Amino acid sequence: MRGALSTREEDWRYADPDWLAAADPVALAQWREVDVPAGAAISETREVAAGVERLRVHVGRGGSFALFCINAAGPYARAEVEVTLEEGAHFEFGGVTLGGGDTRQEFVTRVVHAHPYATSNQTVRAVQWGRSTGNFLGRIEVVRDAQKTDAAQNFRAILLEKGASANTKPELEIYADDVKCAHGAAIGALDQTAAFYMAARGIPPETARKLLIRAFVADAFAAIEDGDMREQMLEKALAALGEEAL
Amino acid sequence: MLKIENLHAEIDGKQILNGLTLEVGAGEVHAIMGPNGAGKSTLGYVLGGRPGYEVTQGSVTFKGQDLLALEPHERAAAGMFLGFQYPVEIPGVSFAQFLREAVNAQHKSRGEEALSGGEFLKLAKEKAGLLRLDMDMLKRPVNVGFSGGEKKRAEMVQMGILDPSFAVLDETDSGLDIDALRIVGEGINAIMRAPDKAVLLITHYQRLLDYVKPDVVHVLAKGRIVKTGGPELALELEEQGYEAVA
Repeated sequence: MRGALSTREEDWRYADPDWLAAADPVALAQWREVDVPAGAAISETREVAAGVERLRVHVGRGGSFALFCINAAGPYARAEVEVTLEEGAHFEFGGVTLGGGDTRQEFVTRVVHAHPYATSNQTVRAVQWGRSTGNFLGRIEVVRDAQKTDAAQNFRAILLEKGASANTKPELEIYADDVKCAHGAAIGALDQTAAFYMAARGIPPETARKLLIRAFVADAFAAIEDGDMREQMLEKALAALGEEAL
Repeated sequence: MLKIENLHAEIDGKQILNGLTLEVGAGEVHAIMGPNGAGKSTLGYVLGGRPGYEVTQGSVTFKGQDLLALEPHERAAAGMFLGFQYPVEIPGVSFAQFLREAVNAQHKSRGEEALSGGEFLKLAKEKAGLLRLDMDMLKRPVNVGFSGGEKKRAEMVQMGILDPSFAVLDETDSGLDIDALRIVGEGINAIMRAPDKAVLLITHYQRLLDYVKPDVVHVLAKGRIVKTGGPELALELEEQGYEAVA
């Protein structure tokens, strides 16, 4: 059977073509729906499974939805989130991709600021080794009347080995004129100067790398209010590193 | 304690150390002075084992061991401390975390027990007090947001906590005001002046030597020691300049 989609579609441009060719179009059309009532706050933490997960969220007036994900599955794992924000609503997203070998992990978000005074903040960190790829495609739509929107998106990737890669594609569609939209992206290697400084104090290379990666990944979970939960997510992310990454 | 013989080293194929020979005995403080570009910092980095600094000839023996055969973190565990001219900032890693990892890694590799949280804090408090630094520094990310002087004092707090037998201090006096210079000088004496310890002070200026009295002063130029004398040599250099003396 021919697959439902191809990498020629913008939202799937960094996806795994082999996986797409074999994908079941019925399964791909499935969305999990979350409705956050006006004034309510919902927070979710999850570990993304292999394949494609699609989540559609509606956040009522003054409500907030926070989502924190670890995406370390293979060979292909994609978490897609579509969020519509009512007046004064907030969306917080923290995502980490970790992968090695030939795997590919990605986050695809689409945040619609449908009414004024809504805010969104997205922080994605990628740690890739082997020949793996980490992706973040983030679209922010601000409709004509959504004045005073404040939307931010930040992506940073660390490639631990030559051969690993990361892609990001911020897309901002802004139809209101009184808004703040910020995005930033950086892709680099682990800080060798910091690694040597740690070694000079007696910290072995594996521990140094772990500490540096932990600090890097922590940005994505900084907004988790529950300290124990934040710690747990960090530990889970680090556990996904595996020995070949260190 | 430390014996350097005919050391040649290069960075990116450029020869910096050119047959450097030097011996520092237990209980001694040696100062290395010299003009910019003489190879002072390179000597520090070669002793610390910084990647990219390649030894092409010669040997370094530290307490009877071949120092150059050890990895940087093993050198630290063997009792070598390298004080950085420019201490490195590590966002996201607290001083407490960094130092506990360092102390415990060193203890572990020497087959000693790890410090408990309470023991570590007590030790840190004592050494921070010696350098007149607030204990709150332990909660802050390593060197982030520290002034130049605070970074240098924090280096000495680290030295106090790690309790090395040999310290190579690369321009620890740069960036210090007069009061901080005295505090750092007294700190070095308190931590390192002992019959079983030794110090190699790399400096441009005589002023630190007013507080930390060297037993031997060397002049380094073009990658080798060109003159060796007593403390009076430093004063002579200060008055007449490197060109006249060396």
